[in-house]
Amino acid sequence: MTTAQPSEKLVLPEGMEPVVNDFSITVGTVNGSGSQTSNTTLMRAVFKMGVPVEGKNLFPSNIQGLPTWFTIRISKDGYLARRDEHEIVVAMNPASFARDVADVSPGGVLFYDDSIRLAIGRDDIVTYPMPVKKLAKASGAPSSLRSYVANMVYVGVLAQMLGIDMEKIRFALDFHFKGKEKPIALNMGVVEAAAQWAAENLEKKDPYMVAPMNKTDGYIMTDGNVAAALGSIYGGVQFVGWYPITPASSLAETLNEYLPKLRKDKDGKHTFAVVQAEDELAAVGMAIGAGWAGLRSMTSTSGPGISLMTEFVGLAYAAEVPVVIWDVARVGPSTGLPTRTGQGDLTMLFFLGHGDTNNAILMPANPTEAFEFGWRAFDIAERIQAPVFVLSDLDLGMNQWMTKPFEYPTEPMDRGKILWEDDLEQFAEKFKVEWGRYVDVDGDGIPYRTVPGNRHQRSAYFTRGTGHDDYARYSEDPETWERTQNRIKQKYDVARELMPLPVVYEAEGGAEIGLVGFGTTEDAIMEARDQLMAAGIPTDFMRVRALPCSHHLDDFVRSHKRVYVVELNRDGQLHQIMTMHLPDQAEKMVSVAHIDGLPMTARWVREQIMAQEAK
Amino acid sequence: MATRTNRAGLTKQQYRGAPSTLCQGCGHNSIASQIIAAAYELDIVPENIVKFSGIGCSSKSPTYFLSRSFGFNGLHGRMPSLATGALLADVTLKGLGVSGDGDSASIGMGQFKYVVRRNLDMVYIIENNGVYGLTKGQFSATAEKGLTLKKQGTNPYMPVDLCMEAVIGGASFVARSFAGDPKQVKELLKAAIQHRGLAVIDIISPCVSFNNREGSYHSYSWGKEHETPLHDISFIPAREEIMIEEAFEPGEIKDVTMHDGSHILLKKLDRDYDPTSRVDAIQMLDENYRNNLMLTGLIYINPGQPTLADIHNLPDYALNRLTEKDLRPSRDALEAINAQMF
Repeated sequence: MTTAQPSEKLVLPEGMEPVVNDFSITVGTVNGSGSQTSNTTLMRAVFKMGVPVEGKNLFPSNIQGLPTWFTIRISKDGYLARRDEHEIVVAMNPASFARDVADVSPGGVLFYDDSIRLAIGRDDIVTYPMPVKKLAKASGAPSSLRSYVANMVYVGVLAQMLGIDMEKIRFALDFHFKGKEKPIALNMGVVEAAAQWAAENLEKKDPYMVAPMNKTDGYIMTDGNVAAALGSIYGGVQFVGWYPITPASSLAETLNEYLPKLRKDKDGKHTFAVVQAEDELAAVGMAIGAGWAGLRSMTSTSGPGISLMTEFVGLAYAAEVPVVIWDVARVGPSTGLPTRTGQGDLTMLFFLGHGDTNNAILMPANPTEAFEFGWRAFDIAERIQAPVFVLSDLDLGMNQWMTKPFEYPTEPMDRGKILWEDDLEQFAEKFKVEWGRYVDVDGDGIPYRTVPGNRHQRSAYFTRGTGHDDYARYSEDPETWERTQNRIKQKYDVARELMPLPVVYEAEGGAEIGLVGFGTTEDAIMEARDQLMAAGIPTDFMRVRALPCSHHLDDFVRSHKRVYVVELNRDGQLHQIMTMHLPDQAEKMVSVAHIDGLPMTARWVREQIMAQEAK
Repeated sequence: MATRTNRAGLTKQQYRGAPSTLCQGCGHNSIASQIIAAAYELDIVPENIVKFSGIGCSSKSPTYFLSRSFGFNGLHGRMPSLATGALLADVTLKGLGVSGDGDSASIGMGQFKYVVRRNLDMVYIIENNGVYGLTKGQFSATAEKGLTLKKQGTNPYMPVDLCMEAVIGGASFVARSFAGDPKQVKELLKAAIQHRGLAVIDIISPCVSFNNREGSYHSYSWGKEHETPLHDISFIPAREEIMIEEAFEPGEIKDVTMHDGSHILLKKLDRDYDPTSRVDAIQMLDENYRNNLMLTGLIYINPGQPTLADIHNLPDYALNRLTEKDLRPSRDALEAINAQMF
């Protein structure tokens, strides 16, 4: 069924060619009216029909009342990036009606709540009014739930008019309401009544259809914050300090949901602690204290929270304490665009600290990878004895993604160079030198550490950010300071080798043009590459998955004539880092960057590259 | 003559730290000595203690005692958060934090209140001198209204009372003492170390360089003249039988039994004072605050309050000794999770 067969029930006007599984639906509603349930139900039903689909929630920083949009991309070819085009618009909100009408692509479709008595004023689109209030009232739902079930009306009407399988909708509702019969029956009742109304009252005048395929076999739907939390649990997380912030909150909330199920000892005691702190300073402080004392420890936050954590991260860097910090990035300062997505935190994380710091950063692109980096981050942090960042974003963290199932860790845990009583007893004999917290016996810049609770009489040391010598003794000696800083830098050469390698996609027959990106822009860049190829511009693409830069990146840049660094921020932050990393290649590296708060589109990438190439 | 050892087989020397680099006569040095004495007399194995501090003169002092204990000199005002994470790693360890009035009553007030609220199992000492010593003599938040200091002028604000903050914040152990009263400091330290939960001890500890002028609340001379103990306190470890002398009248001795069976004996002095009543504590502290008094002793105790580790349902063994087999859930569990995803 890779070629979709539309439902025979849908009869198109004479001579109209159907458009099957290749369009976007955008729903405009009032924030807080429960439309999220309706939208995810639609999306999940399409997914269960085997059709590649992805939803992006474009919501305001508001609990109730402001306009909000949800855009669903349905793509037989598996393209899942956001599009600017909206073939189908569902207008439920009078406040955004004019804009929603204007947003419909020429030849597209407008479904709207018939109680909105505003002029449509377009004759290039198909319009379908929906008796939302009447059907919601007829559902028998109590008035307190009426606005929620009202949003189920468009689910039913769309299902009827596009050919979405009713059984798949029932399945999606069953999942959403965790099998609770009452809400499932209430919502399904509205969906069915609306579908029936549409069958009896609307005549299909548009070409859009959903038809079953088998292209979602072997995939699950989930979001990056859930994946990050589960990955962290499979990494053995023991301590979490956190403070609520959009879009990171659901990461810690998911840890709270799953840890008690997965990590109790035989007596029912918890082998972990999740502490909601009083602020981000305390959240990371606790996490660093726990990491220092030998726990697998983490915090999760977003850009403004990272700012507050900076002083502590600088201390952890200097005192060489492992800790994992998730940055689920949003846009701008506190109150910037807190519910929008971007990649604007990259250089902040890379240089965060005091003096010279180049931090280790993992950059997942999808939930499957967020899971993997969730466990891997602890191995790296404990190995290099330093903070490790994982840079996600709102798009990955909070939107539902079609993604490969989570894969069980492929490697055993690496607890790094940690000494317990017996190890310490044998240390001097093994290394021919007395143990000291910052003595580098292996020559890789990474010393051996002990942790509180080690009862050996020589295990203790005094940790401080202040200048210290190899034996952790106070020191302001210039030579000692410089030697320590250089040793710490050396650890990042080890990190470079431990970090996940970049992913490379090559054009058939190779290409002169190389594209470089990271994180969630992958879908847009991959789709743009196909479009560019069709326009006669082949491209290779390297998705960087970690900093510091791998030598594979050096090779990729050197082996291409022109390199476009594509990212979702204003100044081209990865481009800046690459330029510093490869100054002799700077001339051929071009920044292709923008930030408007929305996930990147393939069209934007294609247009930018074509414009550059036309120069 | 053989060197004297305690029941842990250690000499007092083995509880010492590096030589102090604080000023000669600093109250903090006297407190460090009492920490050493209390730990020695309680037969504590130093590896069972973890030291914490923030930033300031007070926060330097953990290097001057218990060199066989782990220690972390953290950030200004952020000692509580570091201690919170670290102490959950091994609940068999006892935390011993040293902070100052600048570190706890200003930049660290939030973390101070929250570590109190969470009842972390640690001793929280505030070496309180009313000034910022390490930055050369600015007013701290505990300086009394009207205090005049060189270069700073006259302090126009009412002082912050950290004992009051602790009681109101729900602390399970609150005490105040004076560095010039080493015997009381030591007894309170012993009780605080044996207390299960957060034990706040606010110790007036004169700064000989910047705030020791006659008439100043935090000076030695003012303290020596005005310190008024609420009671005569002695700590009796669990191993010793308590002998209350019959000569005492009923009501003259108050006996507080701690979680491990040790006792705090409070011999009545001028006033009736019940340290198990929050209301009495607040009333006394209010009087102390309004009249610039120096009432010292055990202000409040609740030996049974759940600790942070209790609240989080942690086991009685160290979490930081767990390995992959304890920490990484099974393949089957992951398959079930994947199946539960949509």
